[in-house]
Amino acid sequence: MLIPHPLLGLRDSEEFAYLGDASLLDRPDGMAPDAAQNFYEYQHLRDNPAGVHRELWFHEQGDRSWLIVTRNTITHEILGAELARDIKLARSSGGAA
Amino acid sequence: MRYSGLKVIKEALTGHKGWKPIWRNPEPQSSYDYIIVGGGGHGLATAYYLAKTFKKARIAVLEKSWLGSGNIGRNTTIIRSNYMLPGNEPFYEFSMKLWENLEQEFNFNAMVSQRGILNLLHTDAQRDAYRRRGNAMILAGADAELLDQDGVRKMYPWLNFENARFPIKGGLLHRRGGTARHDGVAWGYARGADLEGVDLIQNCEVTGFRIENGKLKGVETSRGYIGAGKVGVAVAGSSGRVMAKAGMRLPIESHVLQAFVSEGLKPTIDGVITFGAGHFYVSQSDKGGLVFGGDIDGYNSYAQRGNMAVIEDVAQGGMALMPAIGRARLLRVWGGIMDMSMDGSPIIDKTPIEGLYLNAGWCYGGFKATPASGYAFAHLLATDTPHETARFYRLDRFERGLPIDEKGMGATPNLH
Repeated sequence: MLIPHPLLGLRDSEEFAYLGDASLLDRPDGMAPDAAQNFYEYQHLRDNPAGVHRELWFHEQGDRSWLIVTRNTITHEILGAELARDIKLARSSGGAA
Repeated sequence: MRYSGLKVIKEALTGHKGWKPIWRNPEPQSSYDYIIVGGGGHGLATAYYLAKTFKKARIAVLEKSWLGSGNIGRNTTIIRSNYMLPGNEPFYEFSMKLWENLEQEFNFNAMVSQRGILNLLHTDAQRDAYRRRGNAMILAGADAELLDQDGVRKMYPWLNFENARFPIKGGLLHRRGGTARHDGVAWGYARGADLEGVDLIQNCEVTGFRIENGKLKGVETSRGYIGAGKVGVAVAGSSGRVMAKAGMRLPIESHVLQAFVSEGLKPTIDGVITFGAGHFYVSQSDKGGLVFGGDIDGYNSYAQRGNMAVIEDVAQGGMALMPAIGRARLLRVWGGIMDMSMDGSPIIDKTPIEGLYLNAGWCYGGFKATPASGYAFAHLLATDTPHETARFYRLDRFERGLPIDEKGMGATPNLH
């Protein structure tokens, strides 16, 4: 599989380490009253869809950036890749929180 | 029709005209007491033990494709009882005992062959770990022998003992492990279940669950609605998407695992060999092909096919272990979809929905578990209590902090 890195162009997926569902970016609030339940769900439960899936890939053997890759889990077709950093920053700068 | 030596001789002399289909192909009825979703190894075994051992009736198995078309037809056929943790080893030893009597039990040749499994070790630390594992196995009633390098040389003198990075220093030998004919296992259970009156319904995909007030009433299928008292889901790599239809999220990701067969060679490997350092395992089929595999591809997939990178990685593992393999041509490559659970161990449990039961999360170790998985799941469906060897396989164990982390890698399914 070739991953279209936003900065570096097409890169072999073997340069990356896979972490799983992109929802892992949304770490729950550890101080919330229901934190235990939220962290159990965050750590263990997955939507695991057959079809389009947003997921985290770490460019370990490249520029060491985290990407959010949109991929079809049935065909292995890669539909796009964004820098996870950009998405997190857009959220924390008061955009779409 | 029972199989026997006499029957085979009679058919051989009369032109093989007396063989008949070994299961019926019935239309689905409007309701059943028990519906098993998934006509693979675990589903068929569940139906078989539910009918035969637990004496239940009005049972159907619903399979979206043909019987045995999933992972039971796409694996490397190894059976073993070499687990270590208390939650696992009694279960796999129970499975091994069922394997040992399987063919007599369901009167079908599943080619169960206890040719021995040798896990090679390469470091002093690995020797300590295998000694501990072997002792745990013996305590649970399984068998284990720790071999030194000479012991391994006597068995397989052609291995690459002097590999610079991973020299072979010995191995853990589990003599009762071996292989079985994977399709034969599915067909044997299917035939056994059919003889006990189970309706095996093929080309019938479950498209939804009818749930009222938290209680399951039946399943929607591609062949219409079917009412059910209890429904057990055993769909291997599809657990995530099937249980999503019942509104459940599972501690599971689906990943692809590839396996390989070489061209037919003269008899070389009489047992199963695993290369602990590089994660490569190999056996030889009765037709002569080397059957081998390695790691999962490592990302979510429902494709039933993998990528070249893992083929290269597995081939490198094979070359490091037995350089002669480099002269063999690769005949076939295939991929199966695995339920990779968050601790690498399976789930056999009730769900929060009354009447809905789940058998899932086998990672890539489902084949060896087939008999015990079917037996334990049938026990749960029939009695509403877990079988004693499967009582740690709870769905809520992650929430309660009781994972069974056999591989010691934590909640990271793509590493198992």
